[in-house]
Amino acid sequence: MKDSNSKEIDSITSEKEINIDNFSRDELLEMLSKMILIRNAEYKIAKGREFGLVGGPVHLGVGQEAIPVGISQYLNNQDKVFGAHRSHSHILSLGIDLKSFFSEILAKSSGISKGMGGSMHLFGGSVGFCGSVPIVGGTVPLAVGTALASKLKEEKVVSISYLGDGAIEEGIVHESLNFARINNCPVIFVVENNLFSSHLNIKLRQPKKLTYRFAKANDIESKVLDGNNLTSICKTGKEFIRRCRDGEGPFFIEALTYRWFGHVDWREDIDVGINRSADDLKYWKKRDPILRLKKSLLKENYFGENHLINLEKDIQKDIDNAWVDALGESSPEWNESLDYVFKSNYK
Amino acid sequence: MKKFTYSTAILDAYNFLLKNYPEVFVIGQGLWSPWYVGNTMKDLDKNFGKKRIIDTPVSEAAVTGAAVGASLNEMKPIVVHPRMDFMMYAMDPIINQAAKWSYMFGGQSSPSITIRGIINRGGEQGAQHSQALHSLFAHIPGLKVVLPSSVADARDLLIASVLADQPVIYIDDRWLYDQEDQLPEAKEINLESINPCILREGNSITLVGCSYSTFLLKQITKKLIKNKINPEIIDMRIINPFHSELITNSVKKTGRLFVLDGGWGPCGISSEIISSAVENVEPKFFKSKPARLTLPFTPAPTSKVLEKEYYPNEKKILNKIFKIFENNL
Ligand SMILES: Cc1ncc(C[n+]2csc(CCOP(=O)(O)OP(=O)(O)O)c2C)c(N)n1
Repeated sequence: MKDSNSKEIDSITSEKEINIDNFSRDELLEMLSKMILIRNAEYKIAKGREFGLVGGPVHLGVGQEAIPVGISQYLNNQDKVFGAHRSHSHILSLGIDLKSFFSEILAKSSGISKGMGGSMHLFGGSVGFCGSVPIVGGTVPLAVGTALASKLKEEKVVSISYLGDGAIEEGIVHESLNFARINNCPVIFVVENNLFSSHLNIKLRQPKKLTYRFAKANDIESKVLDGNNLTSICKTGKEFIRRCRDGEGPFFIEALTYRWFGHVDWREDIDVGINRSADDLKYWKKRDPILRLKKSLLKENYFGENHLINLEKDIQKDIDNAWVDALGESSPEWNESLDYVFKSNYK
Repeated sequence: MKKFTYSTAILDAYNFLLKNYPEVFVIGQGLWSPWYVGNTMKDLDKNFGKKRIIDTPVSEAAVTGAAVGASLNEMKPIVVHPRMDFMMYAMDPIINQAAKWSYMFGGQSSPSITIRGIINRGGEQGAQHSQALHSLFAHIPGLKVVLPSSVADARDLLIASVLADQPVIYIDDRWLYDQEDQLPEAKEINLESINPCILREGNSITLVGCSYSTFLLKQITKKLIKNKINPEIIDMRIINPFHSELITNSVKKTGRLFVLDGGWGPCGISSEIISSAVENVEPKFFKSKPARLTLPFTPAPTSKVLEKEYYPNEKKILNKIFKIFENNL
């Protein structure tokens, strides 16, 4: 098979249906809906970018939906979540208002970052999303910091730090792992290992394709998971989050996955010449986290095909409406932007 | 003569250096990628091998530090940061190590490293992907800071930087990449001899810029002349060390000074240029107060609407300059 899919990766991920024992119908339906919402919202953004409605770069996570959905299922609005450049899924999975989210992508002042950020700078205080920024690794120590604060305040609050296999290469991440461990910070590092850092396959950047060795080195309990298997993410997410609340953190989850779009914008990047091919993409699409979940649900007769079709239709309608509404919003004013530099300026 | 662009001139410098100097190697993110650095490094990995053109993990601090180390072992590395913003992780190897090395050890050891930082802003990329941080580096003793604005300088100043025996921050600007000009044979210039230069002689106002700002100043020349303003235009080319003589002499002649900078105002290169003129030129020479146009003192916005307000443009520059003449004595 292709280069990016070694035996090691094959043995962790699979195209098989997903084991849904121990999950209720309602819970699975909720998570499936979220995954579909995230995917279709990203397709909407992809089109918007292609046709010039969206200005700045957008980093799409289609194919990676199971990870944040599985984690977010066990978080509440007091928990603190940090993302990076590819964070649409992180904030959507927390239940951010779709129209305000789209407004931000379209840089409208009614957006979740007041139109100042766009796709790469998302904020959602009301759902516990503390911020995402495009400096790779930049938010990792901040998540450790919110966790430290939770510990000092003796709150049972968990911090989540989403990062990629690229970000793990930044020195600041290793300082953060050690610091979190020595201070027992209630933080979970969630590495979405999609095997790529922009154009470079992980095998051209690291001696091993799995990054959990860095958790080991820092004596942090870790688990390597199939990132395209919702229920396996749920199981570990639930356990680690509970144990964090009980003062046992930090933890490290490595979730193997793949992005269907290229590094940035709507193209697939199967021609960048460095270990990403149409065959690879086909291979990973067979491991579609949504399709696999649907198959299990149908097989176990949780509901019928028609139910699923209607569900998708309803979600798409919500997306279309939110998008149109967001498009009609206005852009921020220049004076506003001066006000935001320091909080004290802000009226 | 073949036409070159600013970006292919940079490529030309790499070719020259890699061909003639086996101790040169290039290291940084995206060097094997079709996206990162435009066509400034096209096919270098194919022509010179991946051993000399090294694409790296996302590890700016380690990579820059390692390059400083390699330079202490007789190599001449060029580190590439495809956006200056990413260099911020590498501030220790740049500012604490490379810049201080020679001084701390009494000049016995000097890192001959070139750090190429690319200014890459606009396109709704926001505050962390848009910074022109040349002034920050110019504040540090021990770092040369080079900012080519012309096609020939893009090449020759890169060659001079790499051949120099000290740490150099070479900053190029993606907004200049498509600028076209003729390119004579490559020259090996001693970096010590690089000074600001007069691009156009004039007698009614001294306009000073560097990098893309110089380009903007050239753009408005015709409009100024139409308005009976005959500008002298100075391109800084190197801002550390800061050479003030040319500006001083020019201001004595024209009596007016306007500085354009693509960075922020406070504690920036525009502050330095104006204060040096005020220090060095007797008040009696001034026909008007020195003035400057810089970025508003905010991080770069994301949206296109705000970006339009944020960056200097012809109209804003002309208005500022016309104001200087309005307040004329
Ligand atoms: C400090 C810094 N260095 C480099 C970059 C350029 N860059 C943007 S995204 C990216 C890839 C990061 O890969 P990973 O963390 O695995 O996340 P993924 O894109 O795979 O989701 C790089 C190198 C950056 N934004 N910031």
